[in-house]
Amino acid sequence: MNPIMTPVLLVVALGFIFAVVLTIASKVFYVPVDETVIKLTEALPGANCGGCGFAGCSDYANALAADPDGVGPNKCPVGGADVAAQLASILGVEAGSAEPQVAVVQCNGNCSVVKTLSEYQGPESCKAAASLFGGMNACKYGCLGLGDCTRACNFGAIKICDGVAVVARELCTGCGACAATCPKHVIRIAPLKNKVVVQCQNADKGAQTLKACKNGCIGCGKCAKVCKFDAITIENNHAFIDPEKCKNCGMCAKECPTKAINNMRAKRQQPKPKAAPKKEAAPEAPVAPKAPEAPQANA
Amino acid sequence: MGTYFSILLAMILVNNYVLAQFLGICPFLGVSKKLDSSVGMGVAVIFVMVLATAATWPIMRILNAWNIAYLQTIVFILVIAALVQFVEMVLKKFIPSLHKALGVYLPLITTNCAVLGVCINNIDLGYNYPQALVNALGAGIGFLLAMVIFSGMRSRLENSPNVPKPFQGVPITMTTAAILSLAFMGFGGLV
Repeated sequence: MNPIMTPVLLVVALGFIFAVVLTIASKVFYVPVDETVIKLTEALPGANCGGCGFAGCSDYANALAADPDGVGPNKCPVGGADVAAQLASILGVEAGSAEPQVAVVQCNGNCSVVKTLSEYQGPESCKAAASLFGGMNACKYGCLGLGDCTRACNFGAIKICDGVAVVARELCTGCGACAATCPKHVIRIAPLKNKVVVQCQNADKGAQTLKACKNGCIGCGKCAKVCKFDAITIENNHAFIDPEKCKNCGMCAKECPTKAINNMRAKRQQPKPKAAPKKEAAPEAPVAPKAPEAPQANA
Repeated sequence: MGTYFSILLAMILVNNYVLAQFLGICPFLGVSKKLDSSVGMGVAVIFVMVLATAATWPIMRILNAWNIAYLQTIVFILVIAALVQFVEMVLKKFIPSLHKALGVYLPLITTNCAVLGVCINNIDLGYNYPQALVNALGAGIGFLLAMVIFSGMRSRLENSPNVPKPFQGVPITMTTAAILSLAFMGFGGLV
């Protein structure tokens, strides 16, 4: 036989045999794949952040397809209500309310108020600092401000400002990566609708807390007294706001003598009056004549 | 028994496929970011290497008998790729748990050069069948060892803020791999 034809024929024959074997095998060993799982996986954001409580998006899709009612389509914090509705329409069940969640830093001990006991010069990592006598701050419950959460965040939603972690609530998806990485467990995942938050979790007695940090919750109970909805209790020497009962009135934040309770809504509005008039001042003249036109269009 | 042991030890430490022979660098750098995935990859490589050797060693006898030993490479690639695909289907059907653990990595290494390298090396070194199988096992374990060591180092590097900015990411990974490879050179002449 031709010295070229032999190997060519042999390899072609081999390829053909393998193709046939694999084709038959794929039929014989066919495992039915659930169509809904594929659709669900496509509908999910694919960030694999684990915020739903499962190992990843595909894992969640599997669990969801197996038990739609038990698992619920509203577990994805990244996708929020949109994804929940999509998942529900694929499964043909009620979407339920995907309560948007957000990370809350339970510490307001910035550089100017918290007392430091030692100077930390190790690697810039909260985990490393926490392993050295619980960190450099006098408060053993607070944020160390070395940015483990910033590095854990996939969405650039948490930053260290003045030695304490601050969450950009509009960017945060509530996936919980920061809460999982924080060695001090300062970060909590809470409903987005609750805008008034206790930013201290110091469990020491009031006097001791105040020595460590001027912004600490001393457990005085003024907030509990002023709250009209009985939403606040003092537990472990610091205030706790029941997210179900709180109506975001902000009375407690005003009453708090140590700035341990903060109203996130008030905080966001503060910079607006400062910045807004400056920007609007210049274009106000050309904008003003336009103003009457708008109602006309509406009318 | 002594021969088998020395083959095994030589493959794991001295002739480590990744760190001494520089085969299979792609999965070594690609999948070593996390310890879990690197262990999964390592176990899958052991599995595929032994399986591929078990299949290709007899085939080489046939090729030799027909005087077409020069087709070794292409035939081996075909056989290994088809075999791994076939085994993947069987695993998916009958042992779903094992498929879940290895399944993601199996298609990645169907035509991996380390796997092909083991099969060809077995022939070149003139091993008999059991020796070839032990050789493949050792190569797989060596790969797993390299993966686990490297993933540990990488996770430390990831958390370390001391890496200079221009070195972050791939450069520091490459440098670390080179130093690790140098360290394994210390085993040279052991067996």
